[in-house]
Amino acid sequence: MITVPAVRFGVVVFPGSNCDADARHALSTFGDADVRLLWHKDTSVGDVQAIVLPGGFSYGDYLRCGAIARFSPIMQAVTEFAEAGGLVLGICNGFQILTEAGLLPGALLRNTGLKFVCRYVNLKVENAATPFTGACREGDLLRIVVKHNEGNYTVDPATYTKMQANRQIVLRYVDARGERAAGANPNGALDDIAGVCNEHGNVFGMMPHPENSVEAELAGGADGGKIFRSMIDALRPAVPA
Amino acid sequence: MSARATVEAAVKLGLTAEEYAHIREIQGGEPTYVELAIYSLMWSEHCSYKHSRPILGRFPTSGPRVLQGPGENAGIIDVGDGWAVAMKVESHNHPSAVEPFQGAATGVGGIVRDIFTMGARPIISLDSLRFGELDEPRQRFLFDGVVGGIGFYGNCLGVPTVGGEVYFEPSYAGNCLVNAMSAGLLRADKIVRAKAAGIGNKVVLIGSKTGRDGIGGASVLASQEFDETLEEKRPSVQVGDPFTEKKLIEACLEMLGGDLVVSMQDLGAAGLTSSSSEMASKGHVGLDIHADRVPLREADMEPWEIMISESQERMLAIVSPARLSDVREVCARWDLDCTEIGEVTDSKMLRIFWHGERVGNIPARRLADEAPVIRTPSFKPDYISDKPVAINTYERPDDLGAVLVELLAAPNIASKRWAYEQYDYIVQANTVQIPGSDAAVLRIKDTSRGIAFTIDCNGRHCYLDPYRGAKAAVAEAARNLSCAGALPVAVTDCLNFGNPEKGDMYWTFEQAVEGMAEACEALDTPVVSGNVSFYNESFGKPIYPTPVVGMLGVYDDVSIHTDQRFKDDGDVILLLGPDSAALDGSEYQKTMFGQVEGRVPDVDLALEKAVQRVVRDGIARRLVKSAHDCADGGLAVGLAECCISSGATGGAAFADPDRVGPSRARFRGADVEIKTTLRDDVALFGEGPSRIVLSVAPTHLPAFRQLAGELPLAVLGRVTGAVLRCTIEENVLIDLPVGELSEAYESLPDRLD
Repeated sequence: MITVPAVRFGVVVFPGSNCDADARHALSTFGDADVRLLWHKDTSVGDVQAIVLPGGFSYGDYLRCGAIARFSPIMQAVTEFAEAGGLVLGICNGFQILTEAGLLPGALLRNTGLKFVCRYVNLKVENAATPFTGACREGDLLRIVVKHNEGNYTVDPATYTKMQANRQIVLRYVDARGERAAGANPNGALDDIAGVCNEHGNVFGMMPHPENSVEAELAGGADGGKIFRSMIDALRPAVPA
Repeated sequence: MSARATVEAAVKLGLTAEEYAHIREIQGGEPTYVELAIYSLMWSEHCSYKHSRPILGRFPTSGPRVLQGPGENAGIIDVGDGWAVAMKVESHNHPSAVEPFQGAATGVGGIVRDIFTMGARPIISLDSLRFGELDEPRQRFLFDGVVGGIGFYGNCLGVPTVGGEVYFEPSYAGNCLVNAMSAGLLRADKIVRAKAAGIGNKVVLIGSKTGRDGIGGASVLASQEFDETLEEKRPSVQVGDPFTEKKLIEACLEMLGGDLVVSMQDLGAAGLTSSSSEMASKGHVGLDIHADRVPLREADMEPWEIMISESQERMLAIVSPARLSDVREVCARWDLDCTEIGEVTDSKMLRIFWHGERVGNIPARRLADEAPVIRTPSFKPDYISDKPVAINTYERPDDLGAVLVELLAAPNIASKRWAYEQYDYIVQANTVQIPGSDAAVLRIKDTSRGIAFTIDCNGRHCYLDPYRGAKAAVAEAARNLSCAGALPVAVTDCLNFGNPEKGDMYWTFEQAVEGMAEACEALDTPVVSGNVSFYNESFGKPIYPTPVVGMLGVYDDVSIHTDQRFKDDGDVILLLGPDSAALDGSEYQKTMFGQVEGRVPDVDLALEKAVQRVVRDGIARRLVKSAHDCADGGLAVGLAECCISSGATGGAAFADPDRVGPSRARFRGADVEIKTTLRDDVALFGEGPSRIVLSVAPTHLPAFRQLAGELPLAVLGRVTGAVLRCTIEENVLIDLPVGELSEAYESLPDRLD
C-alpha cells in the first residue's frame, strides 16, 4: 500500500483575524491535509505547501481593509512564497490583503448597499483550470455564504481586459439558474466578480467563505469544500498506478 | 481634589440624603470625593438592584444542570460530555437611545466580556430590540443605528449573531430597548469566578487605556428617566473598539487556559470601582488600587474619574507574583497594555491611592452589602382590565386574505432579514439553524450534541397583564426551543420596566416576576443570570413592561433538529394544542383595529409542558418534519410562515436570497380546513398559548396521534401546491399564492427607505 503524505497548509493569524480557526477546522475535515497556524509576527512560512489568508478584521480594518496587514512581517514571507509559485488562497479579508499587497490586481470597495451583508450567494465557476477550482467543472454552481462590508471588486479597464484574456476571473455571482442577474450580486462588484486569480494562477482571492461550507450538516452546506479539495489535489503527488 | 463631598455633591451624583447619611456612618464622617463617587455608582439602581433585589428572590435558580446561578458575571449550565454553557442577557437601553450605534455596539461588547470572564469562549449573540413605530424618522434612525452597531461589534469579534427579536410599539418611541444576550462554551471543570484571593497577589489591568468616556454611565444614564436633557447625556455613552476586544478574548482565554491568573473580572458599568469592590467583597479580602498607575488617554484625569470611567475593553486580573511575567508575555504577544495597579491585602478595605497618598478607604463588604434595599408600595394600575373584549364590538373585515397580507407586512411580523443579513451568523462553523426559524441551533464540535437559543417577550401582552404576559414569555421561549427539537433547560432574563419609585409601575414588576417564576418552576428552566433595567421612561411615560426571556435548550443528538419549513407535498398538517385564541393584545387587534385592550389568555402550564414534550418526542423519533410556534398573528400567520420559509434551499430556513429566478416555484403551499368554535377571523388571527403547527408524513400520522394521546390535536390539511388556502365551514377565507405572501413578508425594507 502506498501512503501519500498529507498536504501541508499554513493559516496566517493576524490580530483581528476571526476566520482563522474556521479555516483550520475546515482543513482538518480533510484526511489528506495537515494544517498549522502562522503568526503575523513570523518572518518565515516554514515548509508549508499552501497558505490561507483568512477572513476577519485584521488590525481592526483600521485605515482601510488589509492596508495595515500587508506590512506585517509574515506578508514579506508570503509574498516570496507566492512569487516562487506557492499556492495562496485569500478569503474575504485575506482577499483584501492580497490586493493591498499587490499580489492580486484590483481593489475591494465598500458594498454599494453601504451595509455589511451576510447572505447565501450562488457562484458560477468561470474557470475550472486553476489549482483552486480543479475539482469543479466549468459552469458549476457553488452555494456559499458571503459576509463583508467591502466586497465590491473593481479594477482598471486595461488590467481587466488582460485579466479576461488570461481567464483570471474565476468565480462570479449568479442567480439560482446560473445566470447573471442584478439581485444575485450582493455588493455591486464589477461584472459580478466574486473571485480572481493572479496571472500565474497560483494566488487566488474570493469574497465568499468556503471554510464555512465544508460540512453538509451545518447551515453553510458543503460546496466550499471543493475549493480546498482542488488545492489538495493540485498539490498531492500523483499516486503511482 | 478640590470638590467637597457634601450632601449637595452626593445628590448631584444621584444619591439621596438618607443614603449620604448612611455613607457618613460607614465612613465615620465626611467621605472623600473619591469615596463619594464610588458609593454613588455602587449604590445606583444599575449596580445595586436596590428596587429589584427583594423581588428577584422569587425566581427558581437551582437545578441539576446549574453549575453557576445568579451572582456571577454569567450563569453556567451543564450541557453534557463535560461541556458547559455560560449565558447572560443585559440591557443597553439608555446608551442606545442617546447614541444608537455606539450604545448597541458597546452593549454587545459588555455582554461578551461577561462570558469570557467566566473562562468561556463566546459562541453566539442574540438581541432583543424594541423601537417606536417605523413611520417616524427618528425610529428608523435608531433601528438602523442599533442594528449597525450590533453588526459592527459582533462581526468584528467573530461571534455569530444567530437570533433575536424586534418589535415596534409607540411606547418605546422615547426609550428604545436594546437587550444583548451572549453565551459561551467552556469545560465544566474550568469555571473562573470573579473572586480576589491570595494576600500579596497583584491586581493587573489589561486592555485599553482609560479615558473620560462613560463617566457616570451607570448612575446618570442608566438610573434616571429621560427628559429634555437627553442630548446632554451623550458624553456618558462609551465608545467601542471591537478589535481590542477580539485581542482581549484571545489573550484572556489563553491566560485562563494556562492557569496564569487567579481570577478575572471585566470592567463594565462603574468601571474600576465595581470590578475592584466586587472582587474584594467576594473574596473577603482587601484591595489596594494605585489609580495613578492606570494608563490614561487623557493625562489630566482625576482619581475619581479614573475610578468610575466606563472606558471599554478592559479586564482586571488577580495574578500571583510568580505568574506576572507570563501574563505580561501573553499581553505583549497580543499587543495589549498590561499594568500592575495594586495588590490583594488582608485589610478587607478597598483603598485608593494617588501618588502614594490614600484618597479612598472603604470597607469592601459594606460597600457591596449595605446598598439600600427599597420596596415601593405597589398598586394595580387603573388601565388594567379583568375582562376580555366583547368580540361583537369588533366588526369582522370582509376580506380575510387581505388581512393576512397586511399582517405579514406588519413590522412586528414581517421578516427581519434586513437586520440579520447585517450580522455574521455563521462564523465559528457551528451554526445549524440560521435566523428566521423558531430558534438558533448550534452544534458542539467533536460531539453529537447541540444547543439552541431563543429570546422572547410580547410587551403588549405584558402591558395588558404583566403576570400572564411574563408567564407566556417563558412558555413561548420554551415552545420555540421545543419546536426546534431542543429540551429547554435554563433562563437568563432582562427585565425592562419604567420608574420603580412609582407604585403602579412597581406592581407590574412584581406581577411579571411572579408570572415568570411560576412558569420557570413548571417548565424546569431555572433563572441562572439576568439584568434589571428600570427608569425606561421618557417625559414620564413608561415603556410596556418588557420582561425579556433568553432561553437555552440542549440536544443529545443535534441531527434530530427541525425547523418551521413545510417540506414535502402530501405531508399532513396538524395543530397541536387547544382551539382557543383571543383578539385581546393580538397583532390583529393592533394592526387592523388600532386597539390594544382586553385581557390576554392565561397559560395552562401543565398543558403547555405536555404539548412541548409531545412535539420534542415527535421530533426525536423523526416523526415530525416541521414545527412552528403559533404566536404573533395567530394560526393563519403561522401557516403562512411555514409556507413562505419552504422556499429556502440548502440546510437552512430562509436561506434563499434569490429574489429573482425560479426559486418561487419551490414554495410549498397548504390546503387546510379549520374546525373551530371561534368567530372565523379570531380563529385565523387570534393569539393563544400552547399551540404548534406541525407537519408529518402521512405514514407517520398514526404514530404521532398515539404520541399525542389525550392532547388536543387537529388534522388541518395537507402540504400541497404553491397556494395557501384556508377554509372554515366550507367558506374559503384565504386563497393566495405563497409568492404573494412572501412578498408581503419580505417588505420591511420598503418601510425603511
